[in-house]
Amino acid sequence: MILLALIAVLIGGGMVAAVAARWSAAAARWISLLALLADFGLGLSIWVRSAGAAGPWLVDADYAWLPQFGIRFHLAVDGLSLLLLMLTFFLGFVSVLASWSEITESVGFFHLSLLATLAGIAAVFLAVDLFLFYFAWELMLVPMYFLIAVWGHENRVYAAIKFFIFTQLSGLLMLVAILALYFFHHSTTGVYTFEYADLLGTALPPGTAMWLMAGFFVAFAVKLPVVPLHTWLPDAHTEAPTAGSVVLAGLLLKTGAYGMLRFVVPLFPDAAHKFAPVAIVLGVIGILYGAILAFGQTDLKRLVAYTSVSHLGFVLLGIFVGNALALQGALLTIICHGISTGALFVLVGSLQERIHTRELGRMGGLWATTPRLSGAALFFTLASLGLPGLGDFVGEFLVLLGTYRVSIPAAAIAACGVLAATLYGVRLVQRAFHGPNVHELRLADLAPREGLVVTLMAVALLWLGLYPRPVTATFQPAMDRVERVALK
Amino acid sequence: MLDLLWLIPAAPFASAAVLLLVGRRMPRKVVATLGVVSIAVSAIVSGLVAIAFIGSPPPGNAYDQHLWTWIAVGGFHPGIALYLDPLSLIMTLVVTFVSFLIHLYSTEFMAGDEGYARFFAYMNLFVASMVMLVLGDNLLLLYLGWEGVGLCSYLLIGFWYRDPANGRAGQKAFIVTRVGDTSMAIGLFLLFHMLGTLNIQELMARARADWPVGSGLAIAAAALLLGGAVGKSAQLPLQTWLPDAMAGPTPTSALIHAATMVTAGVYLIARTHVLYEIAPAVQLAVAIIGAATLLLAGFSALVQTDIKRVLAYSTISQIGYMFLALGLGAWSAAIFHFMTHAFFKALLFLAAGIVIEALHQEHNIFHMGGLRRELPVAFWAFLAGGCALAGLPLVTAGSYSKDWIIASASPSPALWAAAIAGVLLTSLYTFRLIFLVFFGTARTPVSKQPGVAEQIPVWVLAVLSIVGGSERPAYRPFMAHLFGATPKPPEALSTIAAAAAFFTGLVCAWYFLRGDAPATNPLARFWYAGWGFDWLYGRIFVRPVEWAARVNHNDVIDSMYDGLATLARFVWRGLALTENGKLRWYAAAIAGGTLIFVALVIFL
Amino acid sequence: MIRDSLILASVLFALGLAGVLLRRNVVFVLMSIEVMLNAAGLAFIAAGARWQQADGQVMFIFILAMAAAEVAVGLALVLALFHHYKSLDADEASRMKG
Repeated sequence: MILLALIAVLIGGGMVAAVAARWSAAAARWISLLALLADFGLGLSIWVRSAGAAGPWLVDADYAWLPQFGIRFHLAVDGLSLLLLMLTFFLGFVSVLASWSEITESVGFFHLSLLATLAGIAAVFLAVDLFLFYFAWELMLVPMYFLIAVWGHENRVYAAIKFFIFTQLSGLLMLVAILALYFFHHSTTGVYTFEYADLLGTALPPGTAMWLMAGFFVAFAVKLPVVPLHTWLPDAHTEAPTAGSVVLAGLLLKTGAYGMLRFVVPLFPDAAHKFAPVAIVLGVIGILYGAILAFGQTDLKRLVAYTSVSHLGFVLLGIFVGNALALQGALLTIICHGISTGALFVLVGSLQERIHTRELGRMGGLWATTPRLSGAALFFTLASLGLPGLGDFVGEFLVLLGTYRVSIPAAAIAACGVLAATLYGVRLVQRAFHGPNVHELRLADLAPREGLVVTLMAVALLWLGLYPRPVTATFQPAMDRVERVALK
Repeated sequence: MLDLLWLIPAAPFASAAVLLLVGRRMPRKVVATLGVVSIAVSAIVSGLVAIAFIGSPPPGNAYDQHLWTWIAVGGFHPGIALYLDPLSLIMTLVVTFVSFLIHLYSTEFMAGDEGYARFFAYMNLFVASMVMLVLGDNLLLLYLGWEGVGLCSYLLIGFWYRDPANGRAGQKAFIVTRVGDTSMAIGLFLLFHMLGTLNIQELMARARADWPVGSGLAIAAAALLLGGAVGKSAQLPLQTWLPDAMAGPTPTSALIHAATMVTAGVYLIARTHVLYEIAPAVQLAVAIIGAATLLLAGFSALVQTDIKRVLAYSTISQIGYMFLALGLGAWSAAIFHFMTHAFFKALLFLAAGIVIEALHQEHNIFHMGGLRRELPVAFWAFLAGGCALAGLPLVTAGSYSKDWIIASASPSPALWAAAIAGVLLTSLYTFRLIFLVFFGTARTPVSKQPGVAEQIPVWVLAVLSIVGGSERPAYRPFMAHLFGATPKPPEALSTIAAAAAFFTGLVCAWYFLRGDAPATNPLARFWYAGWGFDWLYGRIFVRPVEWAARVNHNDVIDSMYDGLATLARFVWRGLALTENGKLRWYAAAIAGGTLIFVALVIFL
Repeated sequence: MIRDSLILASVLFALGLAGVLLRRNVVFVLMSIEVMLNAAGLAFIAAGARWQQADGQVMFIFILAMAAAEVAVGLALVLALFHHYKSLDADEASRMKG
């Protein structure tokens, strides 16, 4: 029941906000904020109550939907999905606050779209019926499309369509793979079902398993994104409004990682094992390629977008290396990247609100006029380039530590990715915040609302960097299962 | 008393956090008080801890304070834990005490700066990180401090951020040291993978037990850690960042780029000395790197014109001595030289700061001169520091530590000769500097005399530079617990040779190096440019990366997808031609299509 | 007998088609369509006579009725077209161009 409520609160909140916006835009914002707070509280209560719970799922909610096809409305959480849900609600909260003054047109529809996207993402993390999963997977794209296409920047329609085509096409491949799995399962057991737990042990001929895994993999690889399927990302991130960028970078990409961990590896363990070397190479390429591209950008938002490509390379690496260290590292990277990159997008967004440009060439010396904003940007850049003591470091270090056990060259080259992160990190800080204030910009510093957002995120990163154990402990049971499958 | 250990890093951390968050709204007095008092707390606590430690040594001559478990994943559970033994005790004492003096000096030196709170915040953060580095009981925590000091160094070099040159220098320092850090990180992966822990004491015990002398793994691990050490300590081939690092405020140069941070590499090697003992090849490499660096940097120091760059190259050269000592297995000698070097190099930089401040930010030594009478404080400080640096025999701290190193080198004639040549070079450039700045005719008028807050640290450090080496007899057995009792090398010959080199250098400097203009011959220019390393690295690394980033600015992979879109548009154009809106064409198409269809049915 | 009538029907149909494709005046196009319809009708009649079935004639009546309806609608369209373009040229009305 509580799981259904998580989604219902978001959708209901979005609708109420859409209606309320007819009278007052502020009401819509407050309603969205309250809905997300309520969900965060619910998630927290699950987390607290479920500490030490046994069994695969912490909470399970199973309803009949289309029984004649074996489709059920089955939601469940384990440690993995629970923390990703918490991240969803947290970043949702941040996005609402970040668009408080940025969005002034169609405020109601904006919040409806935002909350609907979040609801779709939450449903993706919750669904354990493959049909429901696919349904949610497609559902989250539509409102996201609107977020980019309606409230985006100059080139928004191009970016939105590109985003839609990439994700839609890859999603279709996954649909084919899901259906094939469904029929294979029927042909061996005589039962039509989309239930995750039932499909887990489906015996597949090795060749078929490889193809089906590829179908899932491509869908998730586009989301993650894996080089060379990443090119929708910089456009979408750059053109989206701040909330859109935060949700894209912080959450939508993470659904790809989640899919790999939940479906690709457990459903097709042998195929995934055989495919792992390729994925590891792709991950390493992504780390370096993303970093070099980030280094070459002059559009601040695009720069941050490419850093995501680099960081998510670590996640792919960690997932397919598949030992406990690397898996935990990948998960921590997911969480921390969501926060640190989300924060950078918030800051870039507030900067754009002030100077109406994202070009690095039109900035410089901002430290003198906006010390709080600049200090915050420095902080999150440092997190992003892997400064020990902040969350990203722990995640990436664990991934590399785990990778070293499997492939020394991969670990060594990926470690150079951290070095490359230094290159774009210091370049960003230098070009935007240090140097002379040649354009004689005089800007307002962070408002209390923005300060609150940034402080929350900074505290979260410090906590994850110095005491990540509550998070790793929650992930542990789910990761043990994945690791057992991967090592089988 | 020992359980107060956590306070040593915690006090400056807390102060840095407060200053960063609300420092801008605090009055300057409060900022200065907070900044200095937090370091004073650290220094006092480390003094108390030292008294307790020496008075009643804990069992095993080491004290471990476990604060909390940092990470616990799959057999990897490093703690946030502090480890105190003679080595970390000496380091902590020197770091906190010298830092305290430099902070005190900064209250006056930075008094007029708009970024007052930011400066103290970064400095406090630096001290906290450095102490973390020294006290960390596992390599991951050491790495945290290691990166922390790197970051603070970046922030402080680029402290006056309005000038892009400062920013460039800061970036260079950060990036070059991170090259080394990457190597070190890979070393950590190797150590954890092979030995299953990152706790330094356990690592050393297991390495000694598992790896035979000269084993490949030991060599790889030691070499990778050495990569980190040469980066942070500005040794060949990663020394290029340190001269540029002089762009930061002078107290920063004194603290970070002379006294403490740059010796982190020395500390790392001393801390993991067991690894080097079972990897003799790498240990020899350490010695060779040290010897080569001390000569190279000595020659470069000889032709510099910026007072701070002379001192920067001298730092590189002196750390070369420490590396030489490490490479020779004279671990205690290296740490002893670290200590004396911290005193006299901090002193020299602080004195240089007084000179620069007095001459309106003049850095060029050829625009100085005759300051002996106008700035007596700086002169006497420089004289004390310079004599210690060059190793005035029997009197100064520097001679004790350096002679120890030279004597340790006596088994190897080549290294010994390099060390003696280094003394000659040191003496030459040191007295060239002193003669040019303090003797001769005045070229720039003096506008400011140092106040009390600047004078106290200078006097204290001057005294320490002279007498700081006298506790060597007590120091030796204290460290012997850790590094094993090494036989005292015969020093007589080395001392005489070093003394001869010192006086030769002094005399030659007086007669040949007091010219009015910098040397301009090609060799001098080559040395001036730091042996062309910047040029070389620019060609091999910087330009290719920038080129790749520029060329691929728009992502070639995206143009692949664009190609797909173009193809679709092309096909669309072709098909759109058939939709011409003319009724009769449509009718013809229908008729033709029917005809073809019927023909297909009939004939196939 | 059937062969001759079918040849005649084919020729008529081809003539009608040629008229539809080649004439630009919409009225003539309409007339050509009538010719094509009648060619089809003739084929039905011939087939009906050949197999002695009433269906052929039924179909012809049906075609006749349809042709009448078609002419009514067609002429209305022609009038509308003329009002709009002040011309009876079919090629003038090419706004459906893609």
